[in-house]
Amino acid sequence: MNKASDQQKSGAQIKEKTVQQSLLNGPPQVINLGLASFADELTKQGTVVVHVDWSPPARGDVELANLLSKLNE
Amino acid sequence: MSKIVNRVCAGLFLDSVILMQISRSITRLDGVEDAALMIGTPSNLDLLDNAKLLARASRKATGGDLILAVRARDETAAASALAKAEILLERPTVGHTGTTTLRPRTLRSAQDILPAANLALISVPGDFAAAEARKALRAGLNVMLFSDNVSLSEEVSLKREAVAAGLLVMGPDCGTAIIGGVPLAFANQIPQGAIGIIGASGTGIQEVSSLIAQAGYGVSHALGVGGRDLSDPVGGISTLAALAMLEADSATRHIVLISKPPSQSVAKRVIDTLAHSEKPCTVCFLGADAPSLPDNVSFARTLKAAAELATGRSSKNKRPEFKSVIPPVPPGRQRIHGLFCGGTLSSEAQVVFLDQGVSVASNAPIPGAEAVGSGTSHVLIDLGSDEYTRGRPHPMIDPTVRDEELTKALADPTIAVILLDVVIGFGAHPDPAGTIVQVVAAAGTERPIVVASVTGTDDDPQDRRTQVAKLVDGGIVVAPTNADAAKLALSCLVRDD
Amino acid sequence: MMTTSEKVGSNIRKANAEAIRRILEAKPVLIDVVPASEAIPALQEGMILHAGPPIDWGNMCGPMRGAVTGIAVFEGWATDLAEAEQLAESGAFSLNPNHDFGAVGPMTGMTTLSQPVLVVENRASGNHAFCTINEGLGKVMRFGGNDASVLKRLGWLRDTLGPALGVALRAGKGIELKPLVARGLTMGDEMHQRNLGCSSLLLRTLAPDLARTVDDRTALAEMLSFIGSNDQFFLNLAMALGKAIMDPVCDIDCSSVVTAMTRNGTDFGIRVSGLGDEWFTAPVEMPEGLYFPGFSADDANPDMGDSTIVETIGLGGFAMAAAPAVAGFVGAGTPSIAADFTRTMGEITLTQNPEWTIPALDYQGVPTGIDIRLVVETGITPTINTGIAHRKPGIGQVGAGVVKAPLACFELALKALATRLGVR
Repeated sequence: MNKASDQQKSGAQIKEKTVQQSLLNGPPQVINLGLASFADELTKQGTVVVHVDWSPPARGDVELANLLSKLNE
Repeated sequence: MSKIVNRVCAGLFLDSVILMQISRSITRLDGVEDAALMIGTPSNLDLLDNAKLLARASRKATGGDLILAVRARDETAAASALAKAEILLERPTVGHTGTTTLRPRTLRSAQDILPAANLALISVPGDFAAAEARKALRAGLNVMLFSDNVSLSEEVSLKREAVAAGLLVMGPDCGTAIIGGVPLAFANQIPQGAIGIIGASGTGIQEVSSLIAQAGYGVSHALGVGGRDLSDPVGGISTLAALAMLEADSATRHIVLISKPPSQSVAKRVIDTLAHSEKPCTVCFLGADAPSLPDNVSFARTLKAAAELATGRSSKNKRPEFKSVIPPVPPGRQRIHGLFCGGTLSSEAQVVFLDQGVSVASNAPIPGAEAVGSGTSHVLIDLGSDEYTRGRPHPMIDPTVRDEELTKALADPTIAVILLDVVIGFGAHPDPAGTIVQVVAAAGTERPIVVASVTGTDDDPQDRRTQVAKLVDGGIVVAPTNADAAKLALSCLVRDD
Repeated sequence: MMTTSEKVGSNIRKANAEAIRRILEAKPVLIDVVPASEAIPALQEGMILHAGPPIDWGNMCGPMRGAVTGIAVFEGWATDLAEAEQLAESGAFSLNPNHDFGAVGPMTGMTTLSQPVLVVENRASGNHAFCTINEGLGKVMRFGGNDASVLKRLGWLRDTLGPALGVALRAGKGIELKPLVARGLTMGDEMHQRNLGCSSLLLRTLAPDLARTVDDRTALAEMLSFIGSNDQFFLNLAMALGKAIMDPVCDIDCSSVVTAMTRNGTDFGIRVSGLGDEWFTAPVEMPEGLYFPGFSADDANPDMGDSTIVETIGLGGFAMAAAPAVAGFVGAGTPSIAADFTRTMGEITLTQNPEWTIPALDYQGVPTGIDIRLVVETGITPTINTGIAHRKPGIGQVGAGVVKAPLACFELALKALATRLGVR
């Protein structure tokens, strides 16, 4: 049982290395959610960024947002 | 008696939508009762007639004609409406700009626009942050989670999911990162270089990376992991992931790890991992005693020491602006009162105090320091903690909280020295030194000595040199580093004794 | 070990992929025009199909009542409008939604026994969908018009144009509609408020077969002229094609894709694939738009018609970028605004239709497959291009504009889907 999960873990780590390398391989390409100023600063520096005009899901209705997150799982 | 005026333009065809728009703007003109621009088809002629808009002469119009029809209060109003209609007809799209600033409303559609995106920078309110971070991970994006108020259990589940997907979660409450030379959120303009930083603290990363830059070196990447990453429940998931990334990164030749004291078991795991690194490493667990370390790992007591170990040279700053004349401490004053925007900078100052055998209290005490209200005279306050920032902006962005506390401290007759950090860089207030100088000037001459340091670089938008010069001109004593400022504050008292 | 909700999410994804597959692989072909009684055997004397979700006489708006009384006189169930109204009041007519009979109808959407209907066959699934023939502009039954001129035109459609179109179509192999729509999109049509390109293309295609099969030249000229002078002739065909595409999508367990949107002048209703034929309704909203001379928003009836089926398949308001002229109905009218509408609909749809592309968006496909989860999450509701009827029966169209589908329909449907899937 433990052995199997260890193997799984090392498998995940191999994948981790290859994929995570891509984050450090150059300037990041960013999707910004929240404070627009972060996106503005990045744009000024010439970093590729797309700012999301974000608002709370389901207009902030907690019950619907909860259902949504479960239906999206 | 209202007046019906028509004009028939032969052979003029325009889209009916444009005609309806022009009709609408004409109808709104003063003195106009109703108006319509229509092609002269039989059904339109009926419509115009029913609306009491059709002049007798226009009945001969055909589908090839455009009828401009106005019913107005009087002849003048009708004529000016017709004139306006003709202007609009010539340039039917006048008054509109062709550009659109439509922004995506969801991460999903942002990814459609930028399929090559590899990082989501999330600063939405804490209640929604974990859900957005989860969406980002599922979309294959690394996450920098600036938002705070994310629960510990959410943090753990996000980080586990990230590891399984080969992704990194920086945060929650991750204020600073530098990736491939790009400063994210609150970070400084640092030259690219060979030192990789992993930090469980934003201002810790800022101080160390700025000192590295000031010493003439550069940073490959600085990865935040969130203040709780090295706690038992989280188990250093992101720290270990970040270590693996920097280990594999060919640009990184030296790794610096900054954190407040981790849990023992997590510290052991991290140090075991470092032992297998082929790169020299510096560990700074602010406030912790040096653990036993493998040969390739050095321990730094302070952020300043961490920068020195990473660059291999002492950051003794010989710049003239630091040769400030330290005024004598006003008589009868004995306390040092620190007001910090950076929590880690307050921790570092506490380390300096304790290392000199001086007891100190804080609202965020490190091991060995006292809690505020314990009767200890020297107090170092972290103004970024919840009790000061709940419902208010962080003092790094908006200095109001610090201004208030600074004003109080300046008027306190028991305080000998006020100790400040001044954090600049992207995201920070455009002129923190300027506001401090204003507040200090308002206090008059009977005030404590003010000692400060500036965390940042000359390439930052605020320019460190400019900020230092402002402080010095304002009668504030400026030390080269945060650790030096703490030492300087202590030396003022020693001199006084 | 999977939690229930993880399974739910992946089941929804799979179901939606199947829904999208059926939408994109549909092959709608106009094959015939026949009397409704022939197309829909369930139609009976005294039975009236109407637009929108179910509604009884007492709750019907003015134009809908006008159309009901008019069609009753047309079918010979009443001698005049007054008698028709009394009969309607007494419950003598069986009122049912078009959607329950494979049919759709614009605005009031009256469908009864003797009216000719366009027959669209979806050759990918074998199902058929029906819609009456567009009556043209002015005083017409779909806007509640019911005077002698309206009934006379309906008679001509029943006795002359309908049968002739049937003969002409049966002489050919049917007219594939997807390529026609694709060309219409490049000609500035969005297939709801603007059908100029497609109507012209259709006439061009139909004319030779009509000429071959209609002997009476005067009658032929009258037919060609009727179709040729009606820019909206294609609308009813676009609706039938929409219904033909979406009906096979109606029964996919777990799918959160919208299969129908429609309004009856009182309520707006939607159906969702994973919830079968259940309607989720909310009070319909008022369109915002431009009015014909002599009319204003005070005269407007709330939104009405089955024509929103075209938005359900990614046309109409969803394809606004293809029809910049139509964007004027919201009052701004720049081509860039038109593109914004289409991009915004991309927020609530699962994919783009690669067969229906928009030149102004660098040939991106129209946003396709409305997902109720995306609607509820973003709070963005479908944009619908629509005609505006006078609130009093018998007057007709007074303008055109844009209306939003009410969010409440989608919220109700989401809760129902969650309940159906055991999520709380």
